[in-house]
Amino acid sequence: MINRYPLWKNFLIAVLTLLGFIYALPNLYPPDYAVQISNRNADGNVSEEALIAATARLSKEGIEYFGAALGPNSGLIRFNDDQDQLKARDFVQLALFDFEEDYVVALNSAPTTPDWLSGLGAVPMKYGLDLRGGVHFLMEVDTESVILERLKGLEQEIKQLFRDPDNRIRYTGFVITDNKTLQISFGQESVESKALSLVRSKYPTYLVNGNPAAPEMTIELDLAQIREIEDFAVQQNVVAIRNRVNELGVAEPLVQRLGRSRIVVDLPGVQDTARAKNILGKVATLEFRMEASAEARNSSTDIYDYGDLEARLEKKVILRGDRVLDAQIGFDPESNLPQVNIRLDGSGGELMHRATRYNVGRRMAVVFIETKTRDRLVFENGIEQLVSEPYVTKKVISLATVQSALGVNFRITGLQSGEARELALLLRAGALAADMFIAEERTVGASLGEENIKLGAFSVMVGLGLVVLFMLFRYKVFGFAANLALGVNLVLIVAVMSSLSATLTLPGIAGIVLTVGMAVDANVLIFSRIKEELASGLPPQQAIHTGFERAFVTILDANITTLIVAVILYSIGTGPVKGFAVTLSIGILTSMFTAIMGTRSIINVIYGGRSVKGLAI
Amino acid sequence: MLNEIDFMGGRKVAAALSICFVLGSLVSLALNQLEWGLDFTGGTLVEVSFQNPVTPEKIRNTLSEEGFAGHVVQYFGSDREILIRIPPQAISSEMRGAKLGDKILSVLKISFEQDISLRRSEFVGPAVGKELTNQGGIGLLTALGVVLLYVAFRFQLKFAIGAVIALFHDVTITLGIFSMFRWDFDLTVLAALLAVIGYSLNDSIVVSDRIRENFRMMRKKKPLIIINTSLNQTLGRTLVTSFTTLLVLFTLLLLGGELISGFAVGLIIGVIVGTYSSIYVATNVLLLMNLSQEDMMVPVREGADQSDQLGG
Repeated sequence: MINRYPLWKNFLIAVLTLLGFIYALPNLYPPDYAVQISNRNADGNVSEEALIAATARLSKEGIEYFGAALGPNSGLIRFNDDQDQLKARDFVQLALFDFEEDYVVALNSAPTTPDWLSGLGAVPMKYGLDLRGGVHFLMEVDTESVILERLKGLEQEIKQLFRDPDNRIRYTGFVITDNKTLQISFGQESVESKALSLVRSKYPTYLVNGNPAAPEMTIELDLAQIREIEDFAVQQNVVAIRNRVNELGVAEPLVQRLGRSRIVVDLPGVQDTARAKNILGKVATLEFRMEASAEARNSSTDIYDYGDLEARLEKKVILRGDRVLDAQIGFDPESNLPQVNIRLDGSGGELMHRATRYNVGRRMAVVFIETKTRDRLVFENGIEQLVSEPYVTKKVISLATVQSALGVNFRITGLQSGEARELALLLRAGALAADMFIAEERTVGASLGEENIKLGAFSVMVGLGLVVLFMLFRYKVFGFAANLALGVNLVLIVAVMSSLSATLTLPGIAGIVLTVGMAVDANVLIFSRIKEELASGLPPQQAIHTGFERAFVTILDANITTLIVAVILYSIGTGPVKGFAVTLSIGILTSMFTAIMGTRSIINVIYGGRSVKGLAI
Repeated sequence: MLNEIDFMGGRKVAAALSICFVLGSLVSLALNQLEWGLDFTGGTLVEVSFQNPVTPEKIRNTLSEEGFAGHVVQYFGSDREILIRIPPQAISSEMRGAKLGDKILSVLKISFEQDISLRRSEFVGPAVGKELTNQGGIGLLTALGVVLLYVAFRFQLKFAIGAVIALFHDVTITLGIFSMFRWDFDLTVLAALLAVIGYSLNDSIVVSDRIRENFRMMRKKKPLIIINTSLNQTLGRTLVTSFTTLLVLFTLLLLGGELISGFAVGLIIGVIVGTYSSIYVATNVLLLMNLSQEDMMVPVREGADQSDQLGG
């Protein structure tokens, strides 16, 4: 028994360790305080002139800066401290105000990774909001109402189908029930069966069922359809939020779908939450409807505010905001008067054409619908509770005469320039599928974030120091080997986190600290086993070999179960807790490598290949 | 084996003690319930930092005068940091989340006449909180279930039952202590609880592994003696690992800041209880179920075990 690793194995360990060090290295370079300039128009660039104007202003104000540079589509200016950075942002904003381009100026931190490292793809770890400060929102998309809207639309279509002279089906009632079913009742069974076959042939994708006990039928959306509607609604909101977040000038925003109907919005560095909410909270949609004719019955019309006046509109909705692709302010080439150009998607254009071709000369309205939240007092099990619920406001923002049959592109004219700008803005804001409201909101101040990093790093250091001392004291030379492995383990965790661009959070740091404590377990298991083998009379080399071998299965079983728990934690956890699960999982995997292979290799170097009388364990 | 400690000699006392603790915890959970944190209840939380020390009473009075109802005011880490919690039913929709934070900040600034800064504010809607509670419960149960399956597959059903009962024991007592002292139970504590499951399991598996091995090697001995020997053999490791883990956890508790203290406390309790349970609870259950040589004869994929070797 000589206890030596083959060359390739030592080589592998050395290479992995080296890679670990390289990819962990960027974290040692503290980022600079920086101000980032970007173009609000995502395709646009930041011009050289803009950067020069900004830096000139900073020099004039006596603010020290360095490393001003233009990147692919943004410019960065670096500062010595956060005070300068804060002042600089305002001045840069002022300096860029006169530019034709619309620039966004945001606080950011600029990495100072040396070129040779970034050339290797090595980047520093990302910090979570709890470490860098910022705002976190969880938006809930109201997919329920989208589905209800779809059913209402279906109701209108089917009513029309029944009224059609070819069919002439007499129904006695339409009800949309709570479980999202459209229920239609008839006078007699024979009508029901006629209706049933008609609807089935016209709507093959819906679940259409007759009621054997009564002259009734039900129409439901199937699960795939519901999912599709939800996906579309949430996706459109994600895109809309991304656009709105650009307005906020946030350096590295995160907008991400979570589960079926939620959207996570993380805005690092933002402290002015009220403004963030005002911009994000602009949840709105649109409805295009014809103005009701004078003789229309009241039951088929709605009355909404139109400025100081009122507008009486048909209940029937021609199309909604989700069909609106874009709305821009423009100028009529002949009269040079402002106008709003609207672009619809394909089916929107078709709907618009059908609605307007026989209605030239009538007026069409655009209804702007906003969703806000308010609380409602409810009694649940005798306890007073507030339940937040969305509520809806509706107003007419445009009432214009249809000049000709409209299609995919059309325009609203006869506006003042201020009006046109406002209308275009509202139309764009309403170009959304579904309403949403804030389900959760968290703000972390920048100072708290910095404090968390300091405390976290300090705990890791002290924890590591204590464990290292204890291991040296308890296991002597073997403890030294375990400590080396532990150090490498820490480096590897950081390297893996950095290159996976996993986000480090405060619980994540706690996970690293815990890993430091638990990672030595594998070594402790091995060393106790070696001691036992020595006690039972095995020669040292044999004891080392047997100790490592026997402990391996135990370590594997123990770590796999912990890994299972970590994965479950990851899947149920949100935000910060996920961070804990991530570092714990990574820590388990890297510690298996370092504690077993790494330690073995060091022990082999120290004791292997020679005759040994006793072990310092 | 020299100086063997007769762990199993005290097993009846230990069993009685465990049952008392678990029952006590259940009673405390039933009476006190858990002090659910904001993550679960919903509501608003604001942490502000004062330049000079203040007393919570004074802030309470100020807030009451300004018409805030149902608030909880407490120190958070130092006598200059104050945590204010407002339950969901006391907030009108105009004053939610960040807006509420700003409002409180301005009210305090006016009445205390010193520099006050907002450190963090949180708003959690009631629906999210409820979901989280469900998810947390589901998470714990899933973890227990998967562990049961894995251990049953790798070892044997009796070991799995022993391990899961030990986990249940640890989780219940940790929860019980949290409810008894009315400590805040937030998301980080839930994370700690799941980590406790991982940790305690680690211990149980190490012990089980040794018991299985000894059952194969010491065929003539009684189960009680085999288990006792196994516990003695693994005792060194159990204590050392618990010690290093507690070392880092206390570091975290003392140096890691207030935000992470609940997590550290949860794990510290869990590790202590878990260390005890891996010695007494899992093994006691094994004895109760009459673990015998025959159980070990069941093919436990022995071949696979033997071939799992690290080269060298």
